[in-house]
Amino acid sequence: MSTLALAVRDSSTMLRRNLLHARRYPSLTLNLLLTPVMLLLLFVYIFGDVMSTGMGGADRSAYIAYLVPGVLLMTIGSTTIGTAVSVSMDMTEGIIARFRTMAIHRGSVLVGHVIGSVLQSVASVVLVGAVGVAIGFRSTDATALEWFAAFGLLVLFSLALTWIAVGMGLVSPNAEAASNNAMPLILLPLLSSAFVPVDGMPGWFQPIAEYQPFTPAIETLRGLLLGTEIGHNGWLAVAWCLGLAVLGYLWSAARFDRDPK
Amino acid sequence: MTGLAIAAHGLRKSYGDKVVLDGVDLTVPEGTIFSLLGPNGAGKTTVVKILSTLVTADAGDLRVGGHDLAADPQAVRAAIGVTGQFSAVDGLITGEENMLLMADLHHLSRREGRRVAAELLERFDLAEAAKRPASTYSGGMKRRLDIAMTLVGDPRIIFLDEPTTGLDPRSRHTMWQIIRELVTGGVTVFLTTQYLEEADELAHGIAVLHDGRIAAQGTAEELKRIVPGGHVRLRFTDPAGYRSAASALGEASRDDESLVLQIPGDGSQRELRALLDRLDAAGVEADGLTVHTPDLDDVFFALTGGAAVPAPSKEIVR
Repeated sequence: MSTLALAVRDSSTMLRRNLLHARRYPSLTLNLLLTPVMLLLLFVYIFGDVMSTGMGGADRSAYIAYLVPGVLLMTIGSTTIGTAVSVSMDMTEGIIARFRTMAIHRGSVLVGHVIGSVLQSVASVVLVGAVGVAIGFRSTDATALEWFAAFGLLVLFSLALTWIAVGMGLVSPNAEAASNNAMPLILLPLLSSAFVPVDGMPGWFQPIAEYQPFTPAIETLRGLLLGTEIGHNGWLAVAWCLGLAVLGYLWSAARFDRDPK
Repeated sequence: MTGLAIAAHGLRKSYGDKVVLDGVDLTVPEGTIFSLLGPNGAGKTTVVKILSTLVTADAGDLRVGGHDLAADPQAVRAAIGVTGQFSAVDGLITGEENMLLMADLHHLSRREGRRVAAELLERFDLAEAAKRPASTYSGGMKRRLDIAMTLVGDPRIIFLDEPTTGLDPRSRHTMWQIIRELVTGGVTVFLTTQYLEEADELAHGIAVLHDGRIAAQGTAEELKRIVPGGHVRLRFTDPAGYRSAASALGEASRDDESLVLQIPGDGSQRELRALLDRLDAAGVEADGLTVHTPDLDDVFFALTGGAAVPAPSKEIVR
């Protein structure tokens, strides 16, 4: 069998294993969905009026439109915490040692985790998106191409965060540590333009908020779904995604290739 | 093929400043059971981890299944199966799913995979539990599933790291039976254990690992000869019988006061029968017969010269 065929076959076997885990034990994934959904409801129904007033007097539905794209990307960050946890749990299991002594494609263990996690992220985004639509979110005149681009962005963003989360899982000795190490993935969106525009933040903080990975991705998604100005955010978002994905991949591969303790 | 399943020369491994393996030499002929014996922390597991490609050695010329470990680990992996000390099953999925996962990773067709999985589950008495998550299995069942998974790819060389540690006596005997059956199929088994009894029971070749070196190597018989103290004890109540037995068994050491004779030996069936025949021929009958076998403690005290504290010898009353 050629290397590529071997890689594809073994990775799909590992993917099936991970999806089986997710299907048998959905509680981890579902728990991680609670945070974005609760924040969405909190900001819309509790803070919604204040937020809309603060942002220029539009009504609550305008704030829903503003908020949902950010919450969708936050959902991805939240789901990938689950990835870090499940990777670190997996690495403490004897079965990984078994995989390492088998003549299988070496990367397949991680690739299986990554693809499984991206699929879970997308499913989570769809669920949270459905909540958004249920409370009144509507895209304004997005074309099929823009929907497609929005979907592509979400997948690419999941891929990037997932590879980083896999690396975090690999360096964490246990599930608790993995969950702590992955905290930035859910804290960063709070410091982005997800909930309030960057303009409203203190001046010294604006550059940080503007150029961290979440803000360009959020602004791009808003632009695609709501027709707002994307500007340089599109390129920034893609560059962040590719950069993080490559970095996360190299980091994870190097950690996985090390001798286990 | 060289006829050697495993050949290691000058194997070294340190973790930081701690030298775990300090020049280990081993050879295991194909189709035999080889047992690496040693106390906790002797480095047995490290040897298994290195020979099974899990961990890289610092130095050494290592060949497994005719392939160089450093140059072609993937070819080694294709030839071996490993059952580590800690259960290497996926606890979140069922026993059957674990088996099918192995079948997929060995690139068996779906039909072939199902056949092999069903066959092995049956053979290891797991067919009934096949649909239950592996995390619900008992220790013995997990170990059996573990070995069944190792056998899916039909490996020529199997590493078993302390396969019976923590098992109850019945499961231990089942495991021994399984290991014996493996070799009849021409497979080579490399097993580690803390129990001399186990090595004695199973292995063709035994090496004793101590302080990162091979302290002794040979068959069970050869090893036991290193250890003084293996003997058969005959106890008498009748002084006349005691005296005639003592003269019939010239080599016995005598304890005239308590009427006890000690005959050096390992207590094997053959040796016992010969001993009893000689007693019969002399027309005497002992009132008690006890076999004292040296155990791993004795072997270690003998090998490391620390015999100052004689280990309590294990007694098997027959």
